[in-house]
Amino acid sequence: MKEMKNLEITVNGKEYTLPIIEGEVLSDLLRERLRLTGTKIGCNESECGSCTVVIDGDPVLSCSYPAVKAHGKKITTIEGLAKNVGNNGNTYTVLHPLQDAFIEYGAVQCGFCIPGQIMTSYALLEKNSTPEVKDIQYALKDTLCRCAGYPSIIGAVQAASESIVTGKPVHPPIVPTSRISKRMVGQVSHRPDAIAKVTGQAIYSDDIQFEGMLHARVKRAMIPAGILKELDVSEALALSGVKAVLTAKDVLNAKTHGLFIKDWPVLIDIGEPIRYVGDALALVAADTREIASQALKLITFKFDPLPVVSSAVQAHDPETRKIHDTGNLLKHIQVNKGSVSEGFNDADVILEHTYYTNPNDHAFIEPECSIARLTDENKLEIFVGSQIPYSDREQVAAVLGLPEHQVRIIGQLIGGGFGGKEDIAGQIHAALLTMKTKKPVKLLFDRQESLIVHPKRHATQIDIKVGAKKDGQLTAVRTELHGDTGAYASLGEKVMTRATTHASGPYEVPHVDIDCYAMYTNNPPAGAFRGFGVMQSAFAVESMMDTLAERLQLDPIELRRKNALHVGSVTNTGQELRDSVGLLECIEKVEKALHEKAGPFPFKPVQDPEDPNTVRAWGFAVAYKNTGLGGGAPDKAGAEIELLPDGKFEVRSASAELGQGLPTVLQLIVAEELGQDTDHVQILLSDTDLTPDGGPTTASRQTYVTGNAVKFASRAMRDLLTSELAERYDISPEKIEFKEGLAQIDRQEIQLSTISQNLRKDGLIPKVAYTYWAPETKPLGQGGDMHVAFSFAAQAALVEVNTITGEVTVPEVIVANDVGFAINPLGLKGQVEGGIVMGIGHALVEDFVLEEGMVITDRLAKYRIPSIYYTPEITSFIVEHPSADGPYGAKGIGEICLIPTIPAITNAIYNAIGVRVDRLPVDQEKIVIELQQQKQLA
Amino acid sequence: MTIWKDYQLAYSLPEAVEAYHQAQQPVRFVSGGTDLLLEIQQGSHPSMQTLIDLNHIDEMRELSVIEDRIFIGAAVPVSQITHSAIIKEHAIAVSEATGLIGGPQVRNSATLGGNVAHSLPAADGMISLVAMNATAITYSPAGYIKKNILELFIGPGKSALANGEILVGFEFPIRRSGEGSAFDRVMRPQGVALPILNLAIWLRRKGPVISDIRIAFGPSGPIPTRAMQVEDVFRGNELNEETIARAKTTILESVKFRTSRMRATAEYRYHLAQALLEKVVKIAWLRAGEKE
Repeated sequence: MKEMKNLEITVNGKEYTLPIIEGEVLSDLLRERLRLTGTKIGCNESECGSCTVVIDGDPVLSCSYPAVKAHGKKITTIEGLAKNVGNNGNTYTVLHPLQDAFIEYGAVQCGFCIPGQIMTSYALLEKNSTPEVKDIQYALKDTLCRCAGYPSIIGAVQAASESIVTGKPVHPPIVPTSRISKRMVGQVSHRPDAIAKVTGQAIYSDDIQFEGMLHARVKRAMIPAGILKELDVSEALALSGVKAVLTAKDVLNAKTHGLFIKDWPVLIDIGEPIRYVGDALALVAADTREIASQALKLITFKFDPLPVVSSAVQAHDPETRKIHDTGNLLKHIQVNKGSVSEGFNDADVILEHTYYTNPNDHAFIEPECSIARLTDENKLEIFVGSQIPYSDREQVAAVLGLPEHQVRIIGQLIGGGFGGKEDIAGQIHAALLTMKTKKPVKLLFDRQESLIVHPKRHATQIDIKVGAKKDGQLTAVRTELHGDTGAYASLGEKVMTRATTHASGPYEVPHVDIDCYAMYTNNPPAGAFRGFGVMQSAFAVESMMDTLAERLQLDPIELRRKNALHVGSVTNTGQELRDSVGLLECIEKVEKALHEKAGPFPFKPVQDPEDPNTVRAWGFAVAYKNTGLGGGAPDKAGAEIELLPDGKFEVRSASAELGQGLPTVLQLIVAEELGQDTDHVQILLSDTDLTPDGGPTTASRQTYVTGNAVKFASRAMRDLLTSELAERYDISPEKIEFKEGLAQIDRQEIQLSTISQNLRKDGLIPKVAYTYWAPETKPLGQGGDMHVAFSFAAQAALVEVNTITGEVTVPEVIVANDVGFAINPLGLKGQVEGGIVMGIGHALVEDFVLEEGMVITDRLAKYRIPSIYYTPEITSFIVEHPSADGPYGAKGIGEICLIPTIPAITNAIYNAIGVRVDRLPVDQEKIVIELQQQKQLA
Repeated sequence: MTIWKDYQLAYSLPEAVEAYHQAQQPVRFVSGGTDLLLEIQQGSHPSMQTLIDLNHIDEMRELSVIEDRIFIGAAVPVSQITHSAIIKEHAIAVSEATGLIGGPQVRNSATLGGNVAHSLPAADGMISLVAMNATAITYSPAGYIKKNILELFIGPGKSALANGEILVGFEFPIRRSGEGSAFDRVMRPQGVALPILNLAIWLRRKGPVISDIRIAFGPSGPIPTRAMQVEDVFRGNELNEETIARAKTTILESVKFRTSRMRATAEYRYHLAQALLEKVVKIAWLRAGEKE
């Protein structure tokens, strides 16, 4: 046996001799010891592939690879792909063709999984320089991307392959652009953070380290219901290396947090109820994460169990135990239009059915991470990837009893959000520990904690009754929804309100009556998740529309066209739609493409001539989704622009970038308005000390509100510069123009940097701020405009059903989205592809399983999300019906793209085999059972 | 809590065994460690004082034809087995099965030895080796021992390997005229990525009849077995609709499947077993015909 003294490895061509650390895995060696933080940890359980590095030519998962095992081997990480060329201070970086291609193809969104994607692809191309699509899918099967840029990733790998083989630069993709594009907006533009994200230089919260930083962990109840009787932290506190253990006794100011309704306890106190498994009982800060984890095991507690309330319907039963003092009803939400009894009297046919949707987890690949520290000026700083930085500040300050200006939230890059990073996760806990220890404290969730703790998508039961005339004209819709909002309110009321108002579909229905009950249960809280309640009700409504079409023997597309909202329609909440209703054009675009692909009868089942057990059919669905908060909530965003001394414009807003592409949108707008190219515009987001409040990044609202704020701020900047220059050069303002780095004054050109410096010399900082207020909306129940705009979409999905095994795949999707105006077509492409794949995931793959309040799917290995194998061929149309107040007519896209996918798939399954899926996700075993029953009946 | 404290690299079998007996307890051999390390990390397996890595033992990394037998070292990464021309020619069921273990990156670390020693009743690689009637070779201070692969298991997750006994590799005869194999499985998109059902078949054709056949289903029972009675239906018979129908009935009568919560009912497994049997036996038959 050779005694190993040191570990000798080569990383990115550099040789290292390092002492051996007990139990160290390779990812820790790379990230902690060599500070190569491009290698990411998404799950730490060999599921997600983010930690992929290449060892002696093979891609391996560094999170479960003992560092010692790498002794004598050559390791390549994402930091080793780009080459520095040149010398004597004249060096520049040459990206690997894969890195170029990932940027060109828009395969980079949140960016967190990208190092893993690129390294896995790199190993593939080293072995096979001309892979086919199936080879790419085989290689990348377990390298998960939740933004689901899979189509773009496949395109990028192919383009990189071509570039490597031919030696030519990467061939750019064909991206559908805006029909009405301008000089900058509507054009393809690369993300400003793309190079950092493909080279591993992009910094996410967990990549940050501070001198003397402690590591925190949270003791969770792990029981769904009970009264906390005793809590003993003494042994944990006595453990060597533990620096602090906090309990509810240490929470001295606000004891709860929450986005609107503050009912979520920071820590559960003795005598107080435990309402879900993720409730926090104690906080530990220690020198290392291992010690903190060990300390958790030494904390003991006793509780009196309480009966578990495990569903919304059960919670609604008056006999059921009350979870909160206020009862189990968070909110009863109602929509009424006309008189449904009259509507059903008018109907020739009435259909009724009950649909069920399951909870889903966002499964962003970057787990939640917060780092708190105190500055020398005693200011509390929190580094966190958050969707609502100003709300974090307000909630942290309230719990700590600090004035808000003493708390600074410094937003970091976010490795996916999808609504799951709106609530407080570790921000407050890390802050409490920092205040106690006066040391920087990092609180990183592991995947299990992420799955258990943060709010999920609402599980719903939807009873829906639809009445129509023989010709298909809808006469009435009556719906009753029960939404499981879990232990705490989070955004439950808002989400279920959206579910309610969208519960009669994007149709003009004269008589509507909807009741929705958002109920507390002992399940993990439910809150914001892309689609925000509308996904659930659209599944019910669109399933009913197909059932109705079949009953009336009408074409399902024709039925939708007949009832579709159009300009002049009045929605179920009494809002007259005055503009920007592109639904009919979306339907037409998809219908035409569908008939071109599938002939005149796309909804008829087709048996595979080679394999009679494979049946294919298309399905169709439409959807709409509000843009902006609406419902009377003041919806505003602030933005600031400064002309920096180097001649670049800097835009500042505390709006969040989750990967959706907001920085590109803002860059394009400023460039458009100020005559610049995007290189002259830089973006600073999400810092509560440096950037004005952009409001929450939710409700598909940022392009609209912050986009507008930036547009108007840009105009104010132009006015400011124009008037200053007009005065200085004594020239009329009309003769002043701006273009790429310059101001053109009559025939003279002056560098913007010179202008900025001159103004500063005179004591004037060329900076403007603008707060944009979206048009006023009305609360639900008052009629009028409940929302500033709606996005619309139509989708057709092809399914392939194996009638023996019940397995379902989705090989093709056709989609049209009315986005008002496509400001950032490359980002739009990513959103649309990602939305569709997430929709496929919700329909076929994802099942967040709870049993009596316990989370069964508490690992990524159990809560599976779509891999690259689920990538369909996508035909996408951009429809642009400008909205009056949106920037250049734009409205939201982030959510609409997901919503129709799910019913389009389940409708296609019905068309293929006659099995109506009324419970998500699709269960292949149930399909087999129903097919067997059909056979017996026949 | 660390997953292990002392991680030793062994370079020969005697060295590994000696290290095992001298090591601070608890001690385990490890090759890929892709399952073991996760289980320790997630608390479903106690953490280890010592891990003895077998990846540097040359004979355990060997994949070769030795006279009329194929040898696969227990520490050969499964990705190498999947893509090996030798395995594709002689035991394509093993290539197909190993190509589905875990994910692509995991397969570069994971080994066939680990897949078998873990003793899970539906391990893809293991099921394919059962159909190949592989012989397992183990090493202990007493020397090498050969036994049938089915003798390696005593219960779910429990192997019959003694303390300090190393699984060195597997061997089975080279493919002869008229022989073929195949593997397939059915997954569920939700939940843990384990097959609902997998099936490996090896058979030999003689003219119009199946002269010999081996069939292994997983998961069926606490330890892997062969579907002997189903094999009997095929043996000596032509592959036709009638034989297949009788074989399907025999599955219902003789093979044990159970319901696993949230994954599959026993009924669904019986249904799939019949469908898979028909599909896989036909593929194996065709492949056997290609080498006549």
